[in-house]
This record gives sequence, structure tokens and C-alpha cells, in this order.
Amino acid sequence: MLELKNITQVFHPGTVNENIALQDISLSIARGEFVTIIGSNGAGKSTLFNSISGTFLPTSGEVRLHDRNVTKEPEYKRAQHIGRIFQNPLLGTAGNMSLEDNMVMAMNKGFKGLKISLNTTLRDSFREQLVPLQMGLEYRLRDNVGLLSGGQRQALTLLMMVMSRPDLILLDEHTAALDPKNAEIVLELTLGYIRQYDITAMMITHNMHHAIAIGDRLLMMDKGEIILDIRGEEKRSLTVEKLVRKFQEIRKTELKNDEMLLS
Amino acid sequence: MIEGILVEGLLYAIMVLGVFITFRILDFPDLTVDGSFPLGAAIFASMVTAGADPWLAVSVALLGGVLAGLCTAAIHTYLKVPNLLAGILTMTMLWSINIRVMGNRPNLQLIRQSTILRNLVDVLGGGVGQEWVLLGFFVVLVLVIKILLDIFFHTDLGLTLGALGNNPQMVISSGVNPANLKFIGVGLSNGLVALSGAFSAQFLGFADVNLGQGIIIAGLASVMIGEFLLRSNRIFFLTLRVILGSILFRGIMYLGRYYGYYVGLTPNDLKLITGLLIIVSLIITQTKKAPGPRKKSGGPANA
Ligand SMILES: Nc1ncnc2c1ncn2[C@@H]1O[C@H](COP(=O)(O)OP(=O)(O)OP(=O)(O)O)[C@@H](O)[C@H]1O
Ligand SMILES: [Mg+2]
Repeated sequence: MLELKNITQVFHPGTVNENIALQDISLSIARGEFVTIIGSNGAGKSTLFNSISGTFLPTSGEVRLHDRNVTKEPEYKRAQHIGRIFQNPLLGTAGNMSLEDNMVMAMNKGFKGLKISLNTTLRDSFREQLVPLQMGLEYRLRDNVGLLSGGQRQALTLLMMVMSRPDLILLDEHTAALDPKNAEIVLELTLGYIRQYDITAMMITHNMHHAIAIGDRLLMMDKGEIILDIRGEEKRSLTVEKLVRKFQEIRKTELKNDEMLLS
Repeated sequence: MIEGILVEGLLYAIMVLGVFITFRILDFPDLTVDGSFPLGAAIFASMVTAGADPWLAVSVALLGGVLAGLCTAAIHTYLKVPNLLAGILTMTMLWSINIRVMGNRPNLQLIRQSTILRNLVDVLGGGVGQEWVLLGFFVVLVLVIKILLDIFFHTDLGLTLGALGNNPQMVISSGVNPANLKFIGVGLSNGLVALSGAFSAQFLGFADVNLGQGIIIAGLASVMIGEFLLRSNRIFFLTLRVILGSILFRGIMYLGRYYGYYVGLTPNDLKLITGLLIIVSLIITQTKKAPGPRKKSGGPANA
């Protein structure tokens, strides 16, 4: 359903700051696949998501979604099919507005008309959908989202993303800013939704254990390239030791343990 | 005196609502206002002078304001010019346009022309005083505008517009083009400002190309004063406090005009007072806010 063809992303080309963030990346993701992505800081993981969601025009290459060339399509248009959650919980919701108003906006993607969607029926349905989060948010529909904790806010962002039934979701370390307990809760919710709605998902994480245990395909990025692509039986039998060894075979260097081997 | 302050406060409240939309809701500091306010006055004055129906003239004035706002939004969006500069560009061009609109004159007197306010006073002014008729009219007008705005900000489109200033990324994620929202918001804002200008021409009895000088600062001061009066996230209260802020601001200006005389202030000092009022408001809000990470402001760098 998603295909990247020779995507290259160069920042500040032709200057001293020239920075090749993505180098000739080709990648194909099938419907229903759940891909985890690991890699050290600056490896280009977020830039990969930016190129998929259309934040920047890639320097060269092609992005295809549902067999359609969307390389030049602006981010807001692609957002109709792609849901995205950032590490920063503030980016997914409008803090100056109530939960219900936020949910109305997320419900139907695309241009909004002069219709007043919010009514009692919709509020009831919002409450129903908030109950599984088990955070008591169903009683706080009229509270400003700015009053919620980071974990609550990220859980709400997750629900809001799922409400529009995206074809593909991009999760960029979306639990990294939360405390361990909330991170666990939000991750569980994420996995639950992905299973329940059979969503195609890509998840960046710095937690190697998660990357190995979760999903059915693992990508490792380094210096703008995808250096490992592991799936199927190989993925199921993967361990941290095997992964580290593989990295060393390819890069002929020691893997910097500090950031990759979290927890 | 009090009814005079109320009338002025309400008359300008229409403009302040516009300023509130750009500065507070869109986080788009729009300086077009200093040009679209006299544009509304100029369009109204020249149309009624040419014999047009005053209600038609008011509608065209509003439309002219919308166009001015669209112009600023277009400069900002298509030429990737910072919003402040885009507003200044339109405002500067409007100065010449306003003189053209008034038939190559810097001002236009409305001595005999039939205006909405004059007709109203003629019909109803006999029993009660003229000021009270005007007050009644502006209460109704401002209420209608306020309610229409409240309804608009409850629609799906209005909600999304409300999120833009706070979180542009979320607007994009919900599949909406932020540029379109800016067109709508800045257009709507300047429409209101021009409408306010058209009524101020009737109130003052003339239109003048310099009518807009300092309007943006007066609007901003009114918005900020209103923010001290009420705390809320409900649009009903947000627009209400804009109106109250405008009335209070006019009250302060009135005091400055009448009692300032005793301490040696002249009407020429009012702009200084307005500026100081804003600075004081800023200081109070800064000290009231607990220190902590602040949302990055969509200032001039946010082109
Ligand atoms: N908008 C930008 N302008 C210039 N350079 C950028 C931009 N975005 C990313 N880069 C650069 O591209 C490289 C890859 O960054 P990216 O954010 O994709 O890394 P990452 O793998 O997500 O890292 P992290 O784990 O720290 O989030 C970095 O060198 C970064 O400095
Ligand atoms: Mg990143």
C-alpha cells in the first residue's frame, strides 16, 4: 500500500551545512503490516516519516500510496489517509480547546463546513470511545485538553487518530515523553487499536526490546539508510544479541549501546 | 456621558472582534486593520454621497474589508511573506485606495446624506434622547454579530479555525489546508473592521483617510483589557469579554480626555496612554503567568 522509490532527502544542499538525511531509500509496506523502526539519533527515522507524510518535498525519489504517486501532494491532503503521532504530546491536540471540540475536528478528515456536528448523540459516542482508555476522560468532555497530563493527552491523540480510520499510522517515539507507567498504557492501547482495526502501522522506538517483541517487521536505520530489514520467522526468533551482531557485521563498528539499548 | 462611552465602546467592539480573531484565534498579527477601518468608512461615505441605500453601502463596506483581508492573506501565503509585513503592505496600499474611493479627497463629510444612524434618530429620536437611540441600535447590532460569531465558532469549520493559532500541526493532521483557514479568518476579521469603520463614519459625520491611525493598537488594548475581566475557554465568554474590553477601553480614553486636562494631558497624549496601557497589561500577564515552557509564538518568523 505504501511504496518509497529511491527517496533522497538533502538538507541545505550546496552549503557547508549540507546534510544527507535520507540516502536512496526504497521501501515497500504491505497492507496490514506492522513495522518497527530503530536507529540512533539522527539516523533519519523522523525524516523518513516526514517524507511519507509529505512535510517536505524529497530532494529526489517517489512516494506512492495506494498505487498513486503522492510525492507532490501536500501534507494536509495525505493526512486523509495517514495518521501520525509525535513524541511531543502537545502536537496532537489543541490545548486551548475542550476534549469534545478536539474530537469533532479529528472525526472527519478533510475540509470542514458550516455544520455543527457536536450534539448529544455525538457526545455519548465520544464518551463511549473514551471509556476503554480507562483514564476517566469520559467525564471530562468539556475540560480543556491543556489540563490533561501528558499520558492522557497522548492517549486522546491516539484515540482521535483512530477515529478517522486511517489506512496507515506513523508513530514517532510516541511514548518516549511519558513516564514508564503511562508509556506502557499508551503502548498497550496502541497495540489494541492496531489489532482491532487492522491498521497498517510504522513505529519508531528507541526501545530495542519493544522493537523486537512488537510487530512483524523490523527496520534498522543508520546514517540515512535502511541497513536491516527483518521479517517473518527471522523476526520472530530475533533477540537483542542477534540484532547487535547483525549491526556489527554490516557496519563493522561497535554499536553504541547508550541510546539503542534502553531499558 | 455614560451612554456616550457605551455607544463608542460598542461601535468599536465590532472592530475589536476582528482584531481578536486575527491576534488571538489565528495567532496572525494583522496590521491591515489600520487600512481596512478607513476603507469601510470611505466606501460607506462615497456610496451614500452618490445616493446609494445606506444598508447597501454598509454591506459593500464589509465586503471591501473582506477583500482587503484576502489580499493580506494572499500576500502572506503565496509570496511567503511574514504576516506582519503582508499586513503593512496592504495597509499602505489601502491609504491610496481610500483616497481614490472618496473621489481623490482625503475626507468626505456626511452632512445631509441619509445614513442608518441618522434615519433611526429621525424616526425614533423624538421621545428618548438621540444617544439612547444609538445605544439601543448598537446593543442590538453588536449582539447579533456576537451571536453569529459564536455560532460560527461552534461549526466544524469554526472549531478548526480556533485550533489553527494553537496547533497548526493538528489542523494539517485533520486534513485541512491551513492557508485556506487563514484566508477565511483574516477576511472575516477585516470585514468586521470595515463594518465598524462604516458605522464610525456615520457616528462621526465624516470619513477620513486617517481614521484608521492607531486603530490596531486601540483594538489590541481593548482585547487585553477584556482578558483581565473574565477567564474562560468558551467562545461565548471570549467574545463577550472582547465587547466589555472595548467599552472599558473607551471609558479609560474618556477619562483621559476629560480629567487628563487637569494634569496637563492633551488629546494628543491618548496614543501614548494607549501604548502604556498595553505595556502595563503585558507586564501584568507576564508576572501572573507561572514560569514554564511557553508555546512558541507565531511571530514574524512564522512565514
Ligand atoms: N528540517 C530540517 N532541516 C535541516 N536538517 C534536518 C531537518 N530535519 C532533520 N534534519 C537532519 O536530518 C538528520 C536526520 O534527522 P531525523 O530527525 O530524521 O533523525 P532521527 O532518526 O529521527 O533521530 P532521533 O532519534 O533523534 O529522533 C539529522 O542530521 C538532522 O539534523
Ligand atoms: Mg526523530
